[in-house]
Amino acid sequence: MIALVDCNNFYVSCERVFQPQLETQPVVVLSNNDGCLISRSDEAKALGFAMGEPYHLARPRLQQHGVRVFSSNYALYGDMSRRVLRVLSDFTPEVDVYSIDEAFLNLDGLQYCAGAGLDAYAQAIRRTVLAHVGIPTAVGVAPTKTLAKLANRLARRQPPAQRVLVLATEEQRWAALSQTPIADVWGIGRRYAPKLEAAGIRTAADLVGAPESWVRRHLGGVVGVRLWQELRGQPCLDFDPAELAAEPGQPAPGRHSVTCTRSFGQPQRSLVALSEAVATFTSQAAEKLRRHGLAAHVLTVLLGTDKHAPGSGPPTHTAVVALPTATSDTGELIGVALQRLRQLARPGTAYHRAGVTLSGLEPAGQAQLSMFGHSAEQLQQRQQLMARLDALNARFGRGTVRHAATGLGDTAWRGRRNMMSALYTTDWQELWAVRS
Amino acid sequence: MRITPFSVGTDWAGQTLPLFACAVPAGFPSPADDHLDAPINLHEMLFTHPASTFLARVSGDSMTGAGIRHDDIIAVDRALQPQDGSIVVAVLDGEHTVKRLRRLGEQTWLEPDNPRYPIIRLNEGCQLVIFGVVTHVIHSFRERKARAVPPTARPRKRP
Repeated sequence: MIALVDCNNFYVSCERVFQPQLETQPVVVLSNNDGCLISRSDEAKALGFAMGEPYHLARPRLQQHGVRVFSSNYALYGDMSRRVLRVLSDFTPEVDVYSIDEAFLNLDGLQYCAGAGLDAYAQAIRRTVLAHVGIPTAVGVAPTKTLAKLANRLARRQPPAQRVLVLATEEQRWAALSQTPIADVWGIGRRYAPKLEAAGIRTAADLVGAPESWVRRHLGGVVGVRLWQELRGQPCLDFDPAELAAEPGQPAPGRHSVTCTRSFGQPQRSLVALSEAVATFTSQAAEKLRRHGLAAHVLTVLLGTDKHAPGSGPPTHTAVVALPTATSDTGELIGVALQRLRQLARPGTAYHRAGVTLSGLEPAGQAQLSMFGHSAEQLQQRQQLMARLDALNARFGRGTVRHAATGLGDTAWRGRRNMMSALYTTDWQELWAVRS
Repeated sequence: MRITPFSVGTDWAGQTLPLFACAVPAGFPSPADDHLDAPINLHEMLFTHPASTFLARVSGDSMTGAGIRHDDIIAVDRALQPQDGSIVVAVLDGEHTVKRLRRLGEQTWLEPDNPRYPIIRLNEGCQLVIFGVVTHVIHSFRERKARAVPPTARPRKRP
């Protein structure tokens, strides 16, 4: 059996752990640059605030209802997510991390949760995460990932203390399938839902009742059949347990690229600002590479214009460079990235976002020396330099020592996050404060 | 009081200190000291439950009798069951506060450890929310400014 543990309103819940006065208040958390609403407390949902609603439009109503608004504090959410996963890994050795606030747990082979014990086990997972980390969750348990997702969705609608649903028997599975509108099935998406409804398939149960040949023809072939089988209780999706505590220097399995993309606080026209942004993203991506002991062969620079502006051509422009040798050297990568950026950026164009992707990854240290590149000795020196850089930044805080190309101080492109809570768990200066 | 001196590295976080398994006598060396034991890791002591332990900075002096002073750092573990007499972080008027938890039969109250502060009795029917149990206190004998707390890279602008 597979359990899907999903944190309720995760970002809001993280804020509430450190600010108990928020417990009964309506609270929302905004996306990067305070763009739109990405996490809402149940109270805020009840007031009619929608997921993804643009902040500048919702603002008057938020003020009117006295809703507490926060910029996203990803350092905090990341730390809380790690804590939740750590608790979950006490319940099963196989945890498949789906997102920052969701994970699948493989409960097979755990004898204490066989049969009727499953419900008690799921309750214990919920209770323990809440007690130990302070984050409320919903738990759906079923034979397949798709059914676990479906069970979780139904569990989420229950009062907080009862957000557990186990689909162990045929009756339980059918009841859940017939309660689930087809559009809410994981993997159906907006494109297929109207098509299925038109064909008289309104619930997940209707789809399970359809013959395989029909599903194959009308639901995207093999992919559709897999989904259909998952709903019937036959596991078709891979279970991919995460390496929770990956040893530093060990490449993360299955990682094909490292991307760092961000929207700007305000649209940027100047090449100076764009260069600073691209250099910063390159530094962050390179640091991530080194953390995983990887080097990249390919660098992609991305610039984005306003997605919502009509008739201005494609909103995203990219330039790809193949590097002569795989590297994770920040200086070298910044040099290449900025050279490409100068070719890519059109003067006077307002860019809304930028990013850098490093791909073609291989374990560091295997690179073939290039004829015109650094000598082996130089390479070693550069590697030592990068190691020192990472050590200093790990000790004194992110970006303490950085390349001058990343710019100095706060500039407009760095974005808005005026309503961010403190870095309660990751920064000595902003440590969680308690009265005595 | 017996004091055993040993030197401590400058880098607090993640730093480990070598531990000798037994006293080192002059003369014939103990064969056990041919190799070092596993080094001491301060984290192991502070974070017996890494997922559920949070560090907090204390402000105020209501717990000085218990050895928790203004500006100290405490480790708070949510995984532990609070008992009568535990020092806890509790929620009081929507804020976190450090106090000693007292329980007698049906009654629960919070006790400061400083005669200048009153005992906090809970109103009838009031549910006390406890964040966690305080397991350790870290007190520095140096001024905060002089202490080796790593500075943040860029001070964030606060509205």
